[in-house]
Amino acid sequence: MADKPVALAQKRLMDVKLGQLPSWFGTRDFTPNGLLGSVRGGYERYYNKYINVKKGGIGGVAMFLAGYIALSYLWEYDHIKHDRWRKYH
Amino acid sequence: MMVSFFDQFASPSYLGIPNIAVAIALPWVLYPTPPARWINNRLITIQGWFINRFTNQLMLPLNVGGHKWALLLASLMIFLITINMLGLLPYTFTPTTQLSLNMGFAVPLWLATVIIGMRNQPTIALGHLLPEGTPIPLIPVLIIIETISLLIRPLALGVRLTANLTAGHLLIQLIATAVFVLLPMMPTVAILTAAVLFLLTLLEVAVAMIQAYVFVLLLSLYLQENV
Repeated sequence: MADKPVALAQKRLMDVKLGQLPSWFGTRDFTPNGLLGSVRGGYERYYNKYINVKKGGIGGVAMFLAGYIALSYLWEYDHIKHDRWRKYH
Repeated sequence: MMVSFFDQFASPSYLGIPNIAVAIALPWVLYPTPPARWINNRLITIQGWFINRFTNQLMLPLNVGGHKWALLLASLMIFLITINMLGLLPYTFTPTTQLSLNMGFAVPLWLATVIIGMRNQPTIALGHLLPEGTPIPLIPVLIIIETISLLIRPLALGVRLTANLTAGHLLIQLIATAVFVLLPMMPTVAILTAAVLFLLTLLEVAVAMIQAYVFVLLLSLYLQENV
């Protein structure tokens, strides 16, 4: 059965076909307000899925902190690659 | 390039964006605004309990005028304790190791307490410069000493926080390096050193919390004298 025709701008990222990806990008809102809105939307999706639940555990915060560690490692890689196990030879 | 143990404290940046900006903004993400509900989720309940207890405890010695500072002191405490604890995670950057940040907190807040005291009750504020019951010949010297002690408070506040955190991080890195280097040569010594490292990490967690608390407590003390 064929899917109902939906306008490209309203599709979520996972529903967009690969060939339509560039035009989908063109419909997104890249103004500062739009970027802020997407950040806030992402925050609320994560919060409502993992933290704002009846029996939330340590997992929600732990996943976030693990992501923060990974991000910090990525950002400091240029600096860390000079580290040696013995600092003074 | 000369690698030294102090490289971990250089303020890092990536693609022109300083990491310290993200590290400072992060505590805001971890404390969601409690909605107007009777019972909230577990995270908000725990945070609310801790903040309430702490603020209650802090406001005990302050008179009613000092209660205006409740929001400022509570948020300062939450900010410092979160930043200190996040800095103990691997590869993260601790903004409170930068003296500039800590002096930026200490000097304006201390100055505010002094100005409040001098404006509202100048006699009492100046009276703090002379402890009760001093022998008369000692009075001039003691006033000079107390003035110096007053003026050095912001420096002490800022440097205390910086030095404690910097020293802790440095010690962790030193001992960890020692463990790695000793492992192929003397495994027993390496295991003992690893035990020391474990205890040190526990100490650092405690220091992170205590230093934030001491900062805010001393500020509230200075406020109590002056408000």
